[in-house]
Amino acid sequence: MHVVVIGAGEVGTSIAASLASDHEVVVVDVDPDRAEQLKYELDVLTIAGDGTTSEIQTAADVGRADMVIACTDDDQTNLVACGTAKTLGDGFTIARVKSTDFLRTWEGNEGAFGVDFMVCTDLLTAENIVRVIGLPAAIDVDPFASGLVQMAEFEIAEGSPVAGQTVSEADRFESLTFVGLFRDGEMTIPRGDTGIAVGDRAVVIGSPESVQSFATDVAPETTPDRADEIVVVGGSEIGYQTARLLEEREFKPRLIEQDADRARWLAENLPNTVVMEHDATDTEFLTREHVDEADILVTALRSDEKNLLVSVLAKRLGVNRVIAVVDSPDYVTVFEEIGIDIAINPRTVTAEEITRFTYESVAENIAVLENDQAEVLELELTEGCGLVGRPISEIVAESDVRFVIGAITRNHELVTPRGDTVLQAGDHVILLVESDSVSDIASMA
Amino acid sequence: MNAKIRVGWQASVGLTGDVLAALSVPLAFPLLVAFYYGESPIPFLAAIAVTLALGAAFRTVQDPSVDLGPREAFLAVALIWFLVAAVGAIPFVIAGVGTIAHPVNAMFESMSGLTTTGATVLRDFSLHSRSVLMWRQVIQWLGGLGILILATAVLSELGVGGAQLMESESQTQDVNKLTPKISRTAQLIWGIYVGLTALAVVVYFGLGLAVDPQMDLYNAVAHAFTSVATAGFSPEPLSVGAFHPLIQWAVVPFMVIGSTSFVLIYFAINGEPMRLLRNEEFHFYLGAMGTLSSVVALGLFFDPATTFGVEGTIRHAVFNVASIVTTTGYASTDYVLWAPAAKHMLFMGMFIGGMVGSTTCSIKSLRWLVALKSFKRNLYTAIHPESVRPVRISGKSIDEGAIRDIYAYLLLSIVIFFLLAVVIVVDAERADLRVDEFEALGAAATTFLNIGPGFGDAGPYGTFATFPLSTRAVMVVLMWIGRIEIIPVLVLFTKAFWTS
Repeated sequence: MHVVVIGAGEVGTSIAASLASDHEVVVVDVDPDRAEQLKYELDVLTIAGDGTTSEIQTAADVGRADMVIACTDDDQTNLVACGTAKTLGDGFTIARVKSTDFLRTWEGNEGAFGVDFMVCTDLLTAENIVRVIGLPAAIDVDPFASGLVQMAEFEIAEGSPVAGQTVSEADRFESLTFVGLFRDGEMTIPRGDTGIAVGDRAVVIGSPESVQSFATDVAPETTPDRADEIVVVGGSEIGYQTARLLEEREFKPRLIEQDADRARWLAENLPNTVVMEHDATDTEFLTREHVDEADILVTALRSDEKNLLVSVLAKRLGVNRVIAVVDSPDYVTVFEEIGIDIAINPRTVTAEEITRFTYESVAENIAVLENDQAEVLELELTEGCGLVGRPISEIVAESDVRFVIGAITRNHELVTPRGDTVLQAGDHVILLVESDSVSDIASMA
Repeated sequence: MNAKIRVGWQASVGLTGDVLAALSVPLAFPLLVAFYYGESPIPFLAAIAVTLALGAAFRTVQDPSVDLGPREAFLAVALIWFLVAAVGAIPFVIAGVGTIAHPVNAMFESMSGLTTTGATVLRDFSLHSRSVLMWRQVIQWLGGLGILILATAVLSELGVGGAQLMESESQTQDVNKLTPKISRTAQLIWGIYVGLTALAVVVYFGLGLAVDPQMDLYNAVAHAFTSVATAGFSPEPLSVGAFHPLIQWAVVPFMVIGSTSFVLIYFAINGEPMRLLRNEEFHFYLGAMGTLSSVVALGLFFDPATTFGVEGTIRHAVFNVASIVTTTGYASTDYVLWAPAAKHMLFMGMFIGGMVGSTTCSIKSLRWLVALKSFKRNLYTAIHPESVRPVRISGKSIDEGAIRDIYAYLLLSIVIFFLLAVVIVVDAERADLRVDEFEALGAAATTFLNIGPGFGDAGPYGTFATFPLSTRAVMVVLMWIGRIEIIPVLVLFTKAFWTS
């Protein structure tokens, strides 16, 4: 595959590094020194110049590229680069953006700005944080359909309320589907009367909210509930998105932001969050507001040093779990070594997401379960494929392949699959299938 | 010192001329009534002549180069409301019958009508011709939605000036533009108003045919004019109490609709009813009416002096609470005779008012809701001084400046209300009349907040003619100030308005 990466920052470098071994990679960067340096670090072709111009893109042979990844630190540059690439060829374009506004516009009309896939760094980071906060009991969690759907795997522990129940008893949630049950390394596709035992691993697919509710049922001890105190420090875009996603999961977080105008804006846009305007490094304030009693604290300030300070302070005051956003990848280990529970680096998250995307060929998205016994796939149905226009019960009855459809998204809305649901072209179907049958299923889509 | 006047008063006066000239159209309606019943057309012909002449004279100063800005709008609003009331008084004076023949009384009646107060100085309704009584109804209907919204709807060339006018008239800065053009928005709102009034005529007259004591076409039209307008005049001395209980029940929904935001009604009619049903102000105001009605009904049940029966008790409680809260001022019975507890509940209800963007007056539910929520917020921030909590109404956060404006308005209203109460007591004392404090407070609230009848002699079956003439003159001014929500009038008395 011929891949052009525009922007050789941390994200671009990381992506180029992971693709370099198997693909033909060209990296473009405005900084000639950076381009020169990269030439020796990685086995890639580097070009110094403005990646938004058709001149430089032609030099990078974008016309022949299978994939163009625009991942500079500037949103507009990335969008323009993708737009330019579309005029030169028909490679698949990926743009990295920070602004969620661009993401919303693009979601409203995929293909807007000449972008085929958009990765929103801040939103992605916030989604990661919320997943870590919300599902500590999960063994595995993966987002599908741009975050609309989640797949999660839980081990049923001793004393879990669902132990001893049948699947239909445990499945009390509107938009949640039980897709798999692993017992002693053997996978079963559960039916309503399948029993759940201690030690089983259950795989569910559904809306993030319903997965959250299910987690509360499976592991009430470790899963945060609505009564738990979650404090977000810093009202940056990541802090805002984190609080917003927490609100969606029906948590009532508290958010501390020092800037008065930003605090007001946050308070207006986060109806279920208590916004406080103060310096989060003031210990007297933290004690007065009982931040020390928080169950979870997220630091999302704009400076790594401040995040470090607040994280250490919070740990010392006695906060149970501290999750820190760390902008510089070099600091991640430092944070974790001094006892911060989880350090999340937005650039790493973005690079991982883009790299993961480039690996996927048959499906839009893949998650591999339990030593490759089963896979969860996201398939986009095209006009005229074998699955379109038929109700699910009919497809399942006629197929020899063992699979379960866990969720469907149609026009960015979740449709809970039922036996009589008729699949349509353009639907994104998230399904669990035994690994041996992946190609059979992929050929049907 | 002779500072230069910086207000484009020519524009304000010119616009006033336009509105005065247009007043001849509604004046034609009682003229037709007069012809139909064979009564004297002279009062209306004279008024038409005066209003046309005044309009023409005012229009001569119009200077097309002067724009209608915020200051000009304030001036125009104040002038228009006052002069329309003055012209509206002419037929009463010319007819020369009863108490309203006196110029001050005529002005009181006309201002009370135009501002949809509904307080009357009539003593003996039987003296007056049907056409004169109908004019009272018409003038209330005109005042209901605001003559300026009407002016904006009719005078399409007002353009941006129309938005200025509507905002100056109702100090809520919530002129929700339904369409890009303000004049079109005003037309839509007036269309709903006309439609609702027509519906009221049909309902009242239809029911009137079926029951006894019945409502004839004259009364159906007269009451339709003043129920959606939440105005309160009635050509009957017993008000709506003169009609069958079924008709009294039928009036309640029209008063309630009249006090609901017309913008939200527009959306509800156009397939977006949730915008109305999810509106917090709507909930607050219906809740306030429901609670007050229940308390008053309970009060009446346990009061041995009132014997209405179960249906009657509920009806009188609901009707009179709705009438007071919506600032209509109709009565189904003489609530002055009720137990003090029930009366005090009604007194409280006077301060609530309907929704912003409706035909009601008084403080209005939105302001109370914002004040209450902001107070609740203050309690919270007292404990958590760092917390940032916007005050939200229906999910939308309210600007802090707007909250301060609302506090200022509330304070100003309370001060003016108490001053007026003092004036009433002192002036009555001077004229050797006994007016007790509650009666004075009631009369102050009811005129300044444009509700209608009060308590004591000024009750629903009483008359304001018992107050000294000087008190009535003060009331005329305060009804005027109250209807256009204080600021547009008070601002005219500041030096900064005229100069810098």
